[in-house]
Amino acid sequence: MRQINTEEITDTVEKICIDANYNLGDDLVVSLQNALNEEESPLGKEVIAQILENAEIGRNEQVPVCQDTGFAVVFVEIGQEVIIEGQSLQESINEGVRRGYKNGYLRKSIVKNPLDRVNTGDNTPAAIHTDIVPGDKLKITFIAKGGGCENMSRTAMLTPAQGRDGVIDFVVNTVKDAGANPCPPIIVGVGLGGTFEYVTLLSKKAILRPVGSHNKDSNTAHLEADLLEGINKLGIGPQGFGGKITALAVHVETYPCHIASLPVAVNIECHSHRPKSIVI
Amino acid sequence: MTEYINLKTPLSDSDVEKLETGDKVRISGILYTARDAAHKRLVEMIESGKDLPFDLKGQLLYYVGPAPAKPGYEIGPAGPTTSYRMDTYTPTFIKMGLKGTIGKGGRSEEVIEAMKEYKAVYLAAVGGAAALIAKRIKKVRIIAFEDLGPEAIRELKVENFPAIVVNDTKGNDLYKTGSDKYKAPS
Repeated sequence: MRQINTEEITDTVEKICIDANYNLGDDLVVSLQNALNEEESPLGKEVIAQILENAEIGRNEQVPVCQDTGFAVVFVEIGQEVIIEGQSLQESINEGVRRGYKNGYLRKSIVKNPLDRVNTGDNTPAAIHTDIVPGDKLKITFIAKGGGCENMSRTAMLTPAQGRDGVIDFVVNTVKDAGANPCPPIIVGVGLGGTFEYVTLLSKKAILRPVGSHNKDSNTAHLEADLLEGINKLGIGPQGFGGKITALAVHVETYPCHIASLPVAVNIECHSHRPKSIVI
Repeated sequence: MTEYINLKTPLSDSDVEKLETGDKVRISGILYTARDAAHKRLVEMIESGKDLPFDLKGQLLYYVGPAPAKPGYEIGPAGPTTSYRMDTYTPTFIKMGLKGTIGKGGRSEEVIEAMKEYKAVYLAAVGGAAALIAKRIKKVRIIAFEDLGPEAIRELKVENFPAIVVNDTKGNDLYKTGSDKYKAPS
């Protein structure tokens, strides 16, 4: 068994909260550069150029790329040979978020009660998802999830008869209805299968894949390509001003499901895509 | 390509009537910030007959909740938030003389009608270009609702703040005309 102290977890979370918000990933930047070349709309090109310039400012000046520094969503993969010592895992993660958002000058965007709406003041609590996996490592993945794009996400329980075409209609219409709201060009995470709660988690995990990567299953990869084509035919374009590039990528993750069901979830991610992982 | 229309706040009816959907503007002068919680409070103040913390006449409202400023900076990153959440409140302000709003994403029919009737415009800033936009904000001062943190009302002094006209005073909508132009036949 390997022992990991929660102090180390807190330090790691603090570090990745800041890193993710300041430094956009190379996969995203390459995808935006490709979009700049492919976009035909002059206004659309100008928008993408501004987004790339903004990313450079974030990196060079070490400031957040977006003022919405997000809900802190934290995925923890805990190796089954790991013993966590110290305080509670949940509290150690929240303490890392608390420090990261304070020391990184990140915005505090969480209200304590959805109806009273009083700000918690430190961006906690995080949304924490844990998985027990083989091995003696602990992998922490953080994503700063903005409110504007999260608001445009949807889940539906389709019927098996609706099939592949029904899934394509639902995903494309979700993006169409979102229009300019979620800050296109977007990344679209799609969950397919599982249960009502499982499918939404799948859609968020789909977002975490490297931008533009393909599902290992060739049928699913083909579905991703068809969805991307359908979405980019909508003409919404960068920031909704019209153009060819509405989405940079569509990632689909699947899971077996009930004979009666065809659950589908669409998690929309803005171009300020800010995931980071660290393995302890 | 880089033809900009310079706007200096406060704005008159004729200033905004000259603007057309798709125009690129550069704004200098004062912008007032307000988003969800501040809108709710402002409308409550109007309903109970109280004076607002600033005069809306001729002004532009910017939908933003900035991040904290790092040492050496006047303001943290400050890009636009999604506008539709403010739609229920906006016509009230436009009727009182507000000349425009700045945000991102589409507006309701009611807001577009109010803009036509009372001569106001809706401008979009590039969502997510927050560090870049912050460089055009030269001075910031909280003028109301400090307890709301990022949602407090701020007076921003801006120079050449970049935006695009989405809805003009004639009822045109860039989000419709733009996507129609690039929509592929299905």
